[in-house]
Amino acid sequence: MRLRTFSHGVHPAEAKITSDAKIRRFPFANELTVLLSQHIGRPAKAIVFKGQEVVRGERIAEADGRMSIPLFAPATGVVSEVGETINADGVMTPSITIKPFPASEQIVHHKKALDVDKLTPDELVSAIQNIGMVGLGGAAFTAHVKFSPPKDKTIETFIVNGCECEPYLTADHRVMLEHPEDVISGIKIILKITGADRAIIATESNKQDAADLLAEAAKDDERISVEVLKTKYPQGAEKLLTRALLGKDVPSGGLPADIGVVVSNVTTVAEIGALLPMGCGIIERVITISGQGVSKPGNFRVPIGTPLEFVLEKAGLNDQARQVIFGGPMMGKSVSYLGTPITEGVTSIVVLSESELAAGTGKIHACIQCAECVSSCPIHLNPSKLGRLARKSRFDEMVEEYNLFDCFECGSCSYVCPSHIPLVQMFRIAKKVVRSKASG
Amino acid sequence: MTEKDPNLLLQHAPLLQQGMTTPQAMRDVLYALLPVTLAAVWFFGLGAILVLLASIAGAALTEWTFASQEKGGESLLDGTALLTGLLLGLTLPPGLPLWMAFLGGAVSIGLGKVIWGGLGHNLFNPALVGRAFLLATFPIAMTTWAPLTGADGFFTVQPSNLALPFMQSGTDAVTSATPLGLMKFEQQSTPLVNLIIGNTAGSLGETSGLLLIAGGIYLWMRRDLDWRIPVSILITVMIFSAILDMVDSTRFPDPLFSVFSGGMLLGSIYMATDPVTSPITPKGAWIFGVGVGLLVVLIRAFGGLPEGMMYSILLMNAATPLIDRYTQPRVFGRGKALT
Repeated sequence: MRLRTFSHGVHPAEAKITSDAKIRRFPFANELTVLLSQHIGRPAKAIVFKGQEVVRGERIAEADGRMSIPLFAPATGVVSEVGETINADGVMTPSITIKPFPASEQIVHHKKALDVDKLTPDELVSAIQNIGMVGLGGAAFTAHVKFSPPKDKTIETFIVNGCECEPYLTADHRVMLEHPEDVISGIKIILKITGADRAIIATESNKQDAADLLAEAAKDDERISVEVLKTKYPQGAEKLLTRALLGKDVPSGGLPADIGVVVSNVTTVAEIGALLPMGCGIIERVITISGQGVSKPGNFRVPIGTPLEFVLEKAGLNDQARQVIFGGPMMGKSVSYLGTPITEGVTSIVVLSESELAAGTGKIHACIQCAECVSSCPIHLNPSKLGRLARKSRFDEMVEEYNLFDCFECGSCSYVCPSHIPLVQMFRIAKKVVRSKASG
Repeated sequence: MTEKDPNLLLQHAPLLQQGMTTPQAMRDVLYALLPVTLAAVWFFGLGAILVLLASIAGAALTEWTFASQEKGGESLLDGTALLTGLLLGLTLPPGLPLWMAFLGGAVSIGLGKVIWGGLGHNLFNPALVGRAFLLATFPIAMTTWAPLTGADGFFTVQPSNLALPFMQSGTDAVTSATPLGLMKFEQQSTPLVNLIIGNTAGSLGETSGLLLIAGGIYLWMRRDLDWRIPVSILITVMIFSAILDMVDSTRFPDPLFSVFSGGMLLGSIYMATDPVTSPITPKGAWIFGVGVGLLVVLIRAFGGLPEGMMYSILLMNAATPLIDRYTQPRVFGRGKALT
């Protein structure tokens, strides 16, 4: 049977070496640093002071308005600092540091449990905000905002994104395998909020086992179906996923809500399903640690705020390590400072060795217009032309004639380029220049 | 950061890359042309090697002269000059004086590539620029076809090969007519089997249809070649020549003859597909191929020369930027492509 998918895209080696590794609990570091800006939106406001004792799960920062989220103590301990820490981008940002009590049993402090069935959609949205949920697929967009699109948009379909198309990543896969019932209960909550008639759980053909398990778990609810798509990158990009499932394009510059769709990462849905009924804030997340640069790869439930350094030490960082990435190797972020803490948006830590790492080490050759980039771009742009314009700093032409801002930076063009031209890297710079010009 | 801090890099994603590189793609084309090159030597003798080497030397020397002014002179190493020289050489008649082949190679790189700004910036196929120059400058030498030498004459070097620059070569050289020439001027066809095997007169690399197609399939399998271009050229040529053949079958050749004669296969598989000078969009590739196909049949049927592949490709090269501009694909989520 021919599996559904989008057109173009690429298929890097999947390298999902941890897909059979059960999720294990990660130990507590000596210090946990919770950034007040875990998410896209306004930073949270600290409500604890230095020297204050906190209980695991207790609220330590509150949301600053609707575009913000509260934060919770990842461990029982004492607040050792309310200050600033370097984030993964290398920027100093406000943070709260907690020293866990070594003797504590680390029992989670629960708020009052919620009777999810009795809440109205609006109350559910606030409840999601109150547990500090963000998109756990990497974007870290505040979840409650995503699930409450403008009132004039009717949502028909809720798509649960379990594609996990990035190489190496297996966290979503493990969550689907180990917590199918959480995924289903999360879906029911979101169906209620959005008023959608149906939910589609989408995954790729390399995760058939998870698809079968979820189909079994969802068999009592006919609104929920499971769809297996072709394994191809970037299948998990929400616009392409919507296209593959429904055959409809999200308009340029628009959101899936414009065509009646809300898309959410499967781990986010599972965490909502698990945490919301307990009234429990998010204090840890499932992370894949992989790549040849670590000797003990696996999938772990890591407390938010754990320093990267500590994670790498426990995962057995070895001599082959050449590059540490938050997220996958296609769209992830190279980390400049190993002391930076894990945030809610970190899906994985991939440590690549010299032999796994290809980009940037090859010499850059001239563009010979081989058209590999044109036939890989899932948005159907012309990266070759955009690259030529970028080199000449003709940014306005890139935007006006060649649709630069439709690029969502999946990196397929740079991946396929036989001349090793850093195409998407140049496009990011071009976008920044254009944006900064526009904002004066 | 700490004494254990490993030697970490800080690069921007994507951090993975597929295996193919541009120099590798160039080498693939050289490999694909190897059987054709060997066949040229088999059919036309040792002189063929000398012509090919002269043309390659002209191209490589010119590349080196200009490349050495860049940092490191690396552009010679990417194999493109070698490929241009070889492609030009394969379009030359076996008896061409070596100095002309050398000059043609130099013009290919100099006027065909370097003055445009180097690899990737040229509008016209460099090898064909060199050939057009030679055909305009030395029309007689470029249309004098030495006969096949065969296995016995392996060590044959045509006397005209060794002519000194700007001196008349021996006029008593034995010549022969190409299948296209026979067709055009004497309405005499050549058996298809000879065209497929390649034991006919003609340019060094154009005679063996079988080996040219085999190399093309290799390139297609290696993803180095946009199959749309040769396919659309050949289909267009077949259809258009079938129509002409129906009109007057004595004057116009049949479709298969058209496809297997002259530089049709060499041009459509190895030259029209030059990525730099052909459209980047799939739709553009179809338009380009149909354009080449129509032009070549027109020139062959109604032009003064029996062959028109070179001019057809060069003309469509000129149209390529325009084709690219008007065939931009429809961008995801937008009503129609911007022009």
